[in-house]
Amino acid sequence: MNKIAFNFHRFLAVVIKEFIQMRRDRMTFAMMVGVPLIQLTLFGFAINSNPKHLPTAVYAADNSPFSRTIVWSLRNSSYFDITREAHSEAEIKTLLAENKVQFAVTVPVDFSRKLLRGEKPQLLLEADATDPSAVGFAMSAINTLALTVVNRDLTGPLAKLRASPQPFTVVTHQHYNPESISQYNIVPGLMGVILTMTMVMFTGLAITRERESGTMENLLSTPVHPGEVIMGKIVPYIMVGYIQVFLILLAAKFLFDVPIVGSVPLLLGLAFLFIVAHLTVGITFSTIAQNQRQAMQMGMFFFLPNILLSGYMFPFRGMPQWAQSIGECLPLTHFLRIVRGILLKGNGLAECAPDLWPIALFLAVMLTLGITRYRQTLD
Amino acid sequence: MAKTDNPDFAIDVRGVTKKFGTRTVVNDIAMQVRSGEIYGFLGPNGSGKTTFLRMLCGLLTPDGGEGSCLGLDFRSQSAEIKKRVGYMTQKFSFYEDLSIQENLDFIARLYEVPQRKAAVEKSLERLGMVERRKQLAGSLSGGWKQRLALAACLIHEPQLLLLDEPTAGVDPKARREFWEEIHQLAAGGLTVLITTHYMDEASRCHRLAYIAYGNLLARGTVDEVVKAGGLTTWEVSGDNLAALADKIRALPGVEQVVAFGTTLHVSGRNAEKLRTSIAPFQTGAHRWTQIESGLEDVFISLMDSAKDNFS
Repeated sequence: MNKIAFNFHRFLAVVIKEFIQMRRDRMTFAMMVGVPLIQLTLFGFAINSNPKHLPTAVYAADNSPFSRTIVWSLRNSSYFDITREAHSEAEIKTLLAENKVQFAVTVPVDFSRKLLRGEKPQLLLEADATDPSAVGFAMSAINTLALTVVNRDLTGPLAKLRASPQPFTVVTHQHYNPESISQYNIVPGLMGVILTMTMVMFTGLAITRERESGTMENLLSTPVHPGEVIMGKIVPYIMVGYIQVFLILLAAKFLFDVPIVGSVPLLLGLAFLFIVAHLTVGITFSTIAQNQRQAMQMGMFFFLPNILLSGYMFPFRGMPQWAQSIGECLPLTHFLRIVRGILLKGNGLAECAPDLWPIALFLAVMLTLGITRYRQTLD
Repeated sequence: MAKTDNPDFAIDVRGVTKKFGTRTVVNDIAMQVRSGEIYGFLGPNGSGKTTFLRMLCGLLTPDGGEGSCLGLDFRSQSAEIKKRVGYMTQKFSFYEDLSIQENLDFIARLYEVPQRKAAVEKSLERLGMVERRKQLAGSLSGGWKQRLALAACLIHEPQLLLLDEPTAGVDPKARREFWEEIHQLAAGGLTVLITTHYMDEASRCHRLAYIAYGNLLARGTVDEVVKAGGLTTWEVSGDNLAALADKIRALPGVEQVVAFGTTLHVSGRNAEKLRTSIAPFQTGAHRWTQIESGLEDVFISLMDSAKDNFS
């Protein structure tokens, strides 16, 4: 028998060696402590699948005590925060399209008159339902809310109106995704998520690989300019990014039947900034990381808040202010709004602009960081 | 520009210093290499040879020093110097997942070689790799990798070649061919600065410099270096050399006792002291003859004395 028996001392030798290596690798050590801490903070404090205090616009065409009561009751509810007073239907449309509000409540012109006549007027609640999970709870809340409050106003001779099961009805319009199909929200969002993950990884590994294999020394001894190296490494992956965009768009259209309302060329154009921004993040990481593994770990670190705080997985407006502020710094947050805006809402360049400049700013910061950190020498 | 720029010198630098943190890796080194010369750069591992080469080709920023490389200020004009220097790294540093031709083509593009395709073709021919051009560099043996690296360093027809231990791990035949090529290139006017650990290679250089612990200890032709070493060496033959070696090792004046197959080399810098110490052992059992000190003996002696001075 030529078989080596298990030996406790040899086993111990391997264990000890692993511990020594673990201690030396500060990056892995940071991951061990950092990932649970970040996850705990984000999942524990930031994420809320029952979002409240959602920005709401009110268009009170009928300025009556009843409509004021309704507005007042919305204001006091935990679901709706009245942030805008609209003055026309068109204004409401724009506010929803530009993602300024999640809801819009319209009190029609003859609301109180019809109410008093017992004609059961309609109260209109419009929702931006691109993310069905963001609006579901609030939609069901408004019915009971409005009724109980209005009933309080129906006193004296009007008390008889209370007896009827419903003095008025709440009509809800879920815009952009009326059937609450979560794929409509997830699949376009996936475009941003996939690009975030892969683009950072590609370039993150590209420079560290050169350093690890020793080819960097050779490259630096040639007259090549840092800009030539960085640009040269970014450009091929822009193409890869676009292949991914096309794949997702095809899948969205033919596999998941996601409506493509807006202009695809516009989306492709705006995706350019987003792709380049993340490729530059990768370049920056690879100037910091010592080896490919560290670059991968940094990519993971970057990806975690992106997926949790961007509004991809959980409703953005459900998060507390501090988490939203972090989220606003991430290009993915803005790109998600752009993609969903173009594909589902049919937004044009004007509606996308508020989310375009943060991505451009992020790109500029990362590019500066990457170029200043890229060393032309081995010092 | 530096003051004593002599067009005869491809490299003319002085006071070159490099520190990593508080550790001085290269300490105040001066070097003059004539155009068309093969200059050997020797020293133990970690002595600062690679660091010095890297500073010459702009890969590291010197902390001190001045002078010129190919007539250009080596500190402020490194971008220009890079275009005229071929640097071959110690470790194979071309792309293993590119073919031979693709590697050469890439380097030729970086140096903006005119008539690139012809240059690559010529290089492949000289390498004898015309048929194997599509082979991936990673699948080449050590000797072929070295030849490819040399070819790639030469593709832009540099005026100065910096070779960092180019023959480490290469078989004797390939080494000899490599040196043949280096001599041919030097005859054609190329200046070569080469680091090595092999004494036979050191003696194939026109001139040498020896560096240890960041300090330059000796320089000149092989004969000059040996003479400057001031070492007296005796060769001993006979029986029981190991027992003899143990007896004489600790004697005053005896600095090195090295076994060479069937002989023993005993050397020291103080010839008189050495002679007195070994006199009692010069009996019939062993035959003692005074010989020329070898380069290796001199270098080891230099290194030992350097350790006393600098560490």
